[in-house]
Amino acid sequence: MKTESKLEKLLSQGHFVVSGEIGPPKHANPEGIKKHTAQLKDYVDAMNLTDNQTAIVRLSSIAAGVHVLQAGGEPIIQMTVRDRNRIALQSDLLGAYSLGMRNVLCLSGDHQSFGNHPAAKNVHDVDSLQLIKIVKDLRDEKKFACGEELKGNEPRFFIGAAANPFADPFEFRVLRLEKKINAGADFIQTQCIFDMERFERFMAMVRERGLHKKAHIIAGVMPLKSAKAAKYMQQSVAGMIVPDEIVNRMEKAADPKAEGVAICVEQIKHLKTIEGVAGVHIMAVMWEEIIPTIVKEAGLYPRPKAE
Amino acid sequence: MIIAEGKPLAEVAGLIQGARKVLVVGCGGCVTVCLAGGEKETGILAAALRLLRQKEGNPLETVEVTLTRQCDPEYVDMLEKYVTDDVDAIVSLACGVGVQFLAERYNKWVVPALNTKFAGGTVEHGVWEERCGLCGECILYKTGGICPIIRCSKSILNGPCGGSQNGKCEVNPETPCAWQLIYDRMQALGKLDLLMEIQPPKDWSKSRDGGPRKVVREDVRLA
Repeated sequence: MKTESKLEKLLSQGHFVVSGEIGPPKHANPEGIKKHTAQLKDYVDAMNLTDNQTAIVRLSSIAAGVHVLQAGGEPIIQMTVRDRNRIALQSDLLGAYSLGMRNVLCLSGDHQSFGNHPAAKNVHDVDSLQLIKIVKDLRDEKKFACGEELKGNEPRFFIGAAANPFADPFEFRVLRLEKKINAGADFIQTQCIFDMERFERFMAMVRERGLHKKAHIIAGVMPLKSAKAAKYMQQSVAGMIVPDEIVNRMEKAADPKAEGVAICVEQIKHLKTIEGVAGVHIMAVMWEEIIPTIVKEAGLYPRPKAE
Repeated sequence: MIIAEGKPLAEVAGLIQGARKVLVVGCGGCVTVCLAGGEKETGILAAALRLLRQKEGNPLETVEVTLTRQCDPEYVDMLEKYVTDDVDAIVSLACGVGVQFLAERYNKWVVPALNTKFAGGTVEHGVWEERCGLCGECILYKTGGICPIIRCSKSILNGPCGGSQNGKCEVNPETPCAWQLIYDRMQALGKLDLLMEIQPPKDWSKSRDGGPRKVVREDVRLA
């Protein structure tokens, strides 16, 4: 074991893990985070706390992680390189570790033009891959990015990275995943999967290169609430592929929410059969409370205890 | 070259509101090529400012001069005879460099008539595009001659990010993804293996560090 992460423990014990996601609020009241943690903690093994997702200012992911931890959940703090340079990123890594965070997901971050401060200056001092390496070097080399040695406790994070099998160029996606693993990623959370056929091709390439044995690959899913949401994901979200078949199913459904859950459960059951998929990450945006239902219907309840 | 574009007329007029006589100074360098601040644009801007002020019943006198370059003291000196006591302001149609060279040389109120945009080139008549981020440490040999610093919206050195789809950047469907271009080019050149190398964090101190950067060529200095 490289870290004290519960997520690492479960994955290394061979459990098919389930992670969820909580979007911190656009205000300073943590009650929603605590409520969602209470709802989810027995149904997911860890919870991602997004870092100002879609470049909209929200309560910080690290602070949200502390609330999750206090409410009994296992936080995965997301960390983007959009808003912080290498000084601030490392400082926050030290701070987050000192507050009990043990998992970090290293991301580029949505471009600020999508958010509520489009006139902001982005940072991008380092990229997500370089951040992975920074987190790994802090942990395994006890060194800062500048090469200086840490003279004390090093932050020992279980290091996550994202992979998007639905972005282009497709053939390079697996190679970039390999680069992230070479940089130090221990686990991978993928973009939401709707196009199962493409994901299967992606995983075949992953297995061909033996990457599933070097990092734990957690497949992303998203329950759809409505046909409108399905269409939005299909047409307006970059790096996402939603097949017409799914949009049609949502359109024809008498109860779209139930249909969205049914689709998600089918996807999870299918993903469980794919060699090299180590778990699922359920991104129920603004619909966190549906996660227990999905986990139960997918046959993933109760969750294993990490001993 | 440096690409610039004219500020709106009303904005320029607002910058010289209190002036009765202004020098309107064009530049024969980059901004002539990108049709923003050459002799022709200088004439047009001066005429427009005069007409506007005439309409307002507050006439403006203009003197128009276009220097070979405003970023070279030898040419900036040539403006001296026009910088008379009765000149209230100087409107520069150069890039930000020229504006500053005029302001450093003459004790007058100097205002910019252009917004300096980027280092780029002409892609078709009337269209200019950014190509260089002026980062101070060129890495184009690593990326097939395509600059990720300025052409990737996130300046990613180990791209492409998850927002690249159908060859386009997530930020704007009109913008080609720089990393798709890099990938295609490296593939065509049979050098895809180079992209597997993890590029370390960039040394941004070469780019912007403690005030203005300076290049000194001792071998050509006169003193």
